[in-house]
Amino acid sequence: MPKKIRVLVAKPGLDGHDRGAKVIARALRDAGMEVIYTGLRQTPEDIVEAAIQEDVDAIGLSCLSGAHMTLFPEVVKLLKKRKAGDIVVVGGGIIPEEDISKLKKAGIKNVFGPGTPLHDIVSFFQKSAQAKGE
Amino acid sequence: MSEPEDSAEYEARLRKWEATSLKDALKALPERRKEFVTTSSRPVKRLYTPLDLRGKSHDERLGNPGEFPFTRGVHPTMYRGRLWTMRMFAGYGSADDTNRRFKYLIAHGETGLSVAFDMPTLYGYDTDAPEAKGEFGTCGVAVSSLEDMEILFRDIDPGQVSTSMTINAPADVTWAMYLGMAERRGVPLTQLRGTIQNDILKEYEAQKEWIYPPEASMRLVVDTFQFGAKSVPQWNTISISGYHIREAGATAGQELAFTLANGMEYVRWGMNRGLKVDDFAPRLSFFFNAHNDLFEEIAKYRAARRIWAREMRDTFGAKKPRSWLLRTHAQTAGVSLTAQQPEINIVRTTVQALAAILGGAQSLHTNSYDEAYQVPNEKAVRIALRTQQILAHESGVANTVDPLGGSYYLEALTDELEEEAYRYFDRIQEFGGVIASIRKGFIQQEIANSAYRYQREIEVKERTIVGVNDFVVDEQPEVEPLRVSEASLRGQLERLKRIRRSRDKTKWERALDALRKACEDEDTNTMPRILDAVRARATLGEVCDVMRRVFGVWEEPLLY
Repeated sequence: MPKKIRVLVAKPGLDGHDRGAKVIARALRDAGMEVIYTGLRQTPEDIVEAAIQEDVDAIGLSCLSGAHMTLFPEVVKLLKKRKAGDIVVVGGGIIPEEDISKLKKAGIKNVFGPGTPLHDIVSFFQKSAQAKGE
Repeated sequence: MSEPEDSAEYEARLRKWEATSLKDALKALPERRKEFVTTSSRPVKRLYTPLDLRGKSHDERLGNPGEFPFTRGVHPTMYRGRLWTMRMFAGYGSADDTNRRFKYLIAHGETGLSVAFDMPTLYGYDTDAPEAKGEFGTCGVAVSSLEDMEILFRDIDPGQVSTSMTINAPADVTWAMYLGMAERRGVPLTQLRGTIQNDILKEYEAQKEWIYPPEASMRLVVDTFQFGAKSVPQWNTISISGYHIREAGATAGQELAFTLANGMEYVRWGMNRGLKVDDFAPRLSFFFNAHNDLFEEIAKYRAARRIWAREMRDTFGAKKPRSWLLRTHAQTAGVSLTAQQPEINIVRTTVQALAAILGGAQSLHTNSYDEAYQVPNEKAVRIALRTQQILAHESGVANTVDPLGGSYYLEALTDELEEEAYRYFDRIQEFGGVIASIRKGFIQQEIANSAYRYQREIEVKERTIVGVNDFVVDEQPEVEPLRVSEASLRGQLERLKRIRRSRDKTKWERALDALRKACEDEDTNTMPRILDAVRARATLGEVCDVMRRVFGVWEEPLLY
C-alpha cells in the first residue's frame, strides 16, 4: 500500500477566517490523506516547525486578511533554510490576481482563489505529493 | 392565523386539486427536482396553504407592528416613518485613508458610519507589534491610539453621527478611544450614539478574533453594559451577531439559534452582576446576515424578534417593552460573493438586501461586488450604497409595513425556524450552557459540518452557484485594485513612536497600573480605568498587554 500523503493545513498570521481551511482539511482527509490542522494564528516559524516535526509532504496555507504577500513567501524561505524545501507549499484565500504570479515566483506552487472546486485542490495535492515522491 | 371557518371544506378542495389539476400537471411536466431545499438545505414543500397555519393564533404569533411579539416589526410605521440606516462598513490603511472614505460615503448619502478595523487592531496589537507584520490596514483601518481615533473622525461630528465599531475582544479600549475623542471635542458622552460589536461569544464560535478566555471576556463585556447604562446611555454596548456565525458556514437556523443563545447568555451575566434587566436590555442590539434564500432570510428576522421578545418578557422578566425589542443591523452575505464574473455580485447583493428590508432590519450594509478580491474600491462601494437607495426609493418595498406578513410560506418558515432554534437551545443547555458548548467545540463543530455540507453540495452540483459551477465563462475578471500605501504604514509607525516619546511617562505608568489593579479585582469596573489609560495616551496594545497578563489568552479546541 502506498504511503498516505501527509498535509499540514495552517492559518498564518492573525486572520481568523477559518471556514475555507477547515473545508479543505476535511476534503483532503476524505480523499484519504493524513491531515494536520494547526489552527489559527500561526507564525511562519510555527508552521515550518510543525511541518518538519510532522514530516509532511505539503503545506496548505489559507489567508483572507490580505497579509499573504508577507506570510506565504516567508514560509517557503524558512523551509529552504531548514533544508525542507522539498515540501510543497500551496496557498488559498482572498488573493488579488496580480499577486498570484508574484507568489508563484516566490515558490508557492499554486494559489487557489474563491470558487475553486474542491476536486481541483485535492488532485493538485495528490499530484504534487506524487511528483515529490519520485 | 385564525382558522378559516370552512377549513374542512377547504381541505377537501385542496385534496381534490391534488387528485386532479396537480396530478395532471405533474404527469405532463414532472418537477425539476425530486426535492426542493433552501440555501440552508431545509426542505420546501410544493405549496403552502391556510392548512399550514391551522390552529395558530394570529395575535399570539404575529400581533401588530411595534407590539409584542414584534414579529411584524419593531415600530408601528416601520420604514414609512424612517428608512433603515444605510451604514456602510468601511476601513483600510491608516486613519487618514479611512477618514477620506467616510467623507466620500457621507457625501454619497450614507446615513451612519461603521468602522472596519485591521487584524492587529482586532487582536489588540499596535501597528508596530511583531504580530502585526504584513497585516497593517489590509482588511480594515489601524487604530492604535486616541490620536488615530481623532484622525479617523476629523471633520465628522461625533455628536451628530451614529457610529458602529466592529470590534470585539478589545472593544472596551476602542470605545474608550472614541469617548476620549468626543470628550476632547467637547461633546458630552450622553449625546453619543453608536454601537460597539463587543460580542465575544460569537468570536469563540465563528469569527475567531478573541484575546482572553471566555469568563474574563464576559466580565469585561458586563463592565461595558454597566458603564454604558450609567454614562453613555444612548450607546448600544453590544451587537449580538449572527452574521459571522453564518459566514463561517452555519445554516439560517443555526445562525438564529446560536445568536439568540448568546444573547440570553449576556443577559444572564448582566443579571448575575446585579444589573436590573430593564437597565441594560434596551441597549442590547443585534446583527444578522442576509443570505441568498429570500424567504428563509425574511423568516429568520421575524422569528428572531418573536423569540427574543418572549424570552425577555417571560424568562428574564423584563418589564419595559423596549427591553423586549430585537433591533438589528443586517449585512448581505460576504461569503456568497464570487470571484468569477464579479459584476453579478451586485445582483446577489440586491436580493439579499431586499431580504433584510422585508425582514425589517434597522440598518443595513450592502457588500461591494469586488470583495472576493479585496477591500472594495470607491466605485464598487458607491454601487453597493446605490443598491440600498434604489430599494428604498424606487422599489416600493418600504411603502407598507411587513408586506409579506400572512404569506402561508413565510409564516410556516418563521415557525419552523423558531422551532429549530428552541431545539438548539435545549442541546446547548444539555452541554451546560453556551460557554461549556464552546469549550467542548459543539457549536464550532455544528458550524463546520454545515460549511462542509454546503461545499459538497456545490461540488456535486446539487446546488447551483451562477458563474462558479454553472453558467461559467472563461474571462479574466476586471477589478480595479485597491492597495494600502507604504506611506500610510510609515506615517502610522512614526505617529506611534512620537506618542511613546512625548507622553507624560509617570501619568501613563500610573494609569496602566490602576488598570491592572482593576482587572485583578472582579468587583471593580474596568471601563473608567481603561478610559484613564487612553487619556494618558496608552496605546491599544499597551492596554491589552496589561489585560493579557492578568487574564491570560484563550486557546481554542482544534477541530475541522
